[in-house]
Amino acid sequence: MNVIGDMVPALALSAPLLRVDGLTKFYGVQRGCEGISFELYPGEILGIVGESGSGKSTLLQCLAGLLAPTNGDIHFRNTQGAEVDVLALPEPERRRLMRSEWGIVHQNPRDGLRMGISAGGNVGERMMAVGKRHYGQIRATALDWLSRVEIEGGRIDHKPSQFSGGMQQRLQIARILVSEPRLVFMDEPTGGLDVSVQAKLLDLLRVLVRDLGISAIVVTHDLAVARLLTDRLMVMKDGHVVETGLTDQVLDDPHHPYTQLLTSAVLQA
Amino acid sequence: MTLASSSTSDITYNFAYLDEQTKRMIRRALLKAIAVPGYQVPFGSREMPLARGWGTGGIQITAAIIGADDVLKVIDQGADDTTNAVSIRRFFARVAGVATTEATEEATIIQTRHRIPEAPLSADQVLVYQVPQPEPLRKLEPRETETRKMHGYGEYGLMQVRLYEDIARFGHIATTYDYPALVNGRYVMAPTPIPKFDNPKMDHMPALQLFGAGREKRIYAVPPYTTVRSLDFDDHPFQVQRWSRPCELCGAGDSYLDEVVIDDQGSRMFVCSDTDYCEGRRAEGHVGTQLEQSAGQRLTGGSS
Repeated sequence: MNVIGDMVPALALSAPLLRVDGLTKFYGVQRGCEGISFELYPGEILGIVGESGSGKSTLLQCLAGLLAPTNGDIHFRNTQGAEVDVLALPEPERRRLMRSEWGIVHQNPRDGLRMGISAGGNVGERMMAVGKRHYGQIRATALDWLSRVEIEGGRIDHKPSQFSGGMQQRLQIARILVSEPRLVFMDEPTGGLDVSVQAKLLDLLRVLVRDLGISAIVVTHDLAVARLLTDRLMVMKDGHVVETGLTDQVLDDPHHPYTQLLTSAVLQA
Repeated sequence: MTLASSSTSDITYNFAYLDEQTKRMIRRALLKAIAVPGYQVPFGSREMPLARGWGTGGIQITAAIIGADDVLKVIDQGADDTTNAVSIRRFFARVAGVATTEATEEATIIQTRHRIPEAPLSADQVLVYQVPQPEPLRKLEPRETETRKMHGYGEYGLMQVRLYEDIARFGHIATTYDYPALVNGRYVMAPTPIPKFDNPKMDHMPALQLFGAGREKRIYAVPPYTTVRSLDFDDHPFQVQRWSRPCELCGAGDSYLDEVVIDDQGSRMFVCSDTDYCEGRRAEGHVGTQLEQSAGQRLTGGSS
């Protein structure tokens, strides 16, 4: 089902940024996810929804290179326009890709931040990793990014442990977006935050992602997050994709019985 | 003490304490370390008659390279007369029967902790460092599997983050010892707890530099005439410590100075940390401010 063309014609003309074919991950005999195929286009945000244990986090970790899949292919179009086989890349190049063109936003900011290092150092790390060696410039860029995620410049030398949960999550986002990645993976980016902080964070994410034209894959069990943030949805159950489509279409007119169950289970506030 | 007699070897031990197989194993590790400057080579560190952390890595390297005609000097914090230095020197005098010395120029092997001698070293000398923590990235990245990859792929951005933190907190790079350095343009190395004052001496040094970490079981090396560049930022270049006054015993203005508290009123004096260098200068007739004052009181040596 190619519905992208109806929505954003410009995107459909360009080649996909990420192409996934038959991605499968087994933990021994236990199935994590099986036979997942999809394409992600530049500037598009794909949501993966499903209940706990449906394999969505396994899928994200395989995509982001944190887990080695049992089977399947992942192809990524790099800045030179060439399609690279991510799983066949030598490790140093894969790591370089992951810290320059990719980014991962963890559910728990402690997994993505260096807690013993100041906010400025956290944001500056990716710049220094690609060879920036001018302290003044690194600090200026870090300050700029802190203001873009609405953290006061005066807190640049504070450690993340002195920040609230919402601020830590925003700092994690700044730390990743500073390298202007083209593809960002988010695992429950609003998990563990209260509703008003969630709303602000979602708003911020939406602005940043649209401004920078970043493609993103967002795993969430919160359908409201999916509705706000994503263009397209994949619904997963027992390691398989049961339904895909435009977000509004899937949420308003679900076809698969499981998706119908999922959408009807949302509490209406 | 200079050039002691060399016929006092304790025959109940193998020459230089370690058995020959162990020495071969350490020499193989040393050869690999010299071939790949700055790379940490694992080796089978042995129990030594000395607690781990007191220089067992340095002692094992010295034991593996020392020969009957070598002359050994051991320094601890630049001084030849501290407990650790005296004990290690006596150890090798006993188990290898080698000559020992306090004069930097006379020594063929210098085992050191915390300092590089002030006198320039020559191509026929070997400097052996005792290393407590060989991994420069350890404080930033606790996982060994990860630090090995970072070295392997040359990912040293994190080291720069540590220096960034220094500037952010203190306004300048406040790391004063164990200052990270890039060896031969490839591996970042922990130069052990030597002050950063000594880092420039490692660059293109004619002497061979060997590093042994006994507890962490690693050996690494800087071959003669190899570049050793201290890491820094473009707008915060590497700088060594400076003192506002010269050594108060010998008047040297170019040496690394220790601050010594000399009475209960908090008075203090600055003296060379390299005792051999300081004594050598005084023997040549150089006099510092403290010595001038105490000349009338017939004090000749320290500040007692």
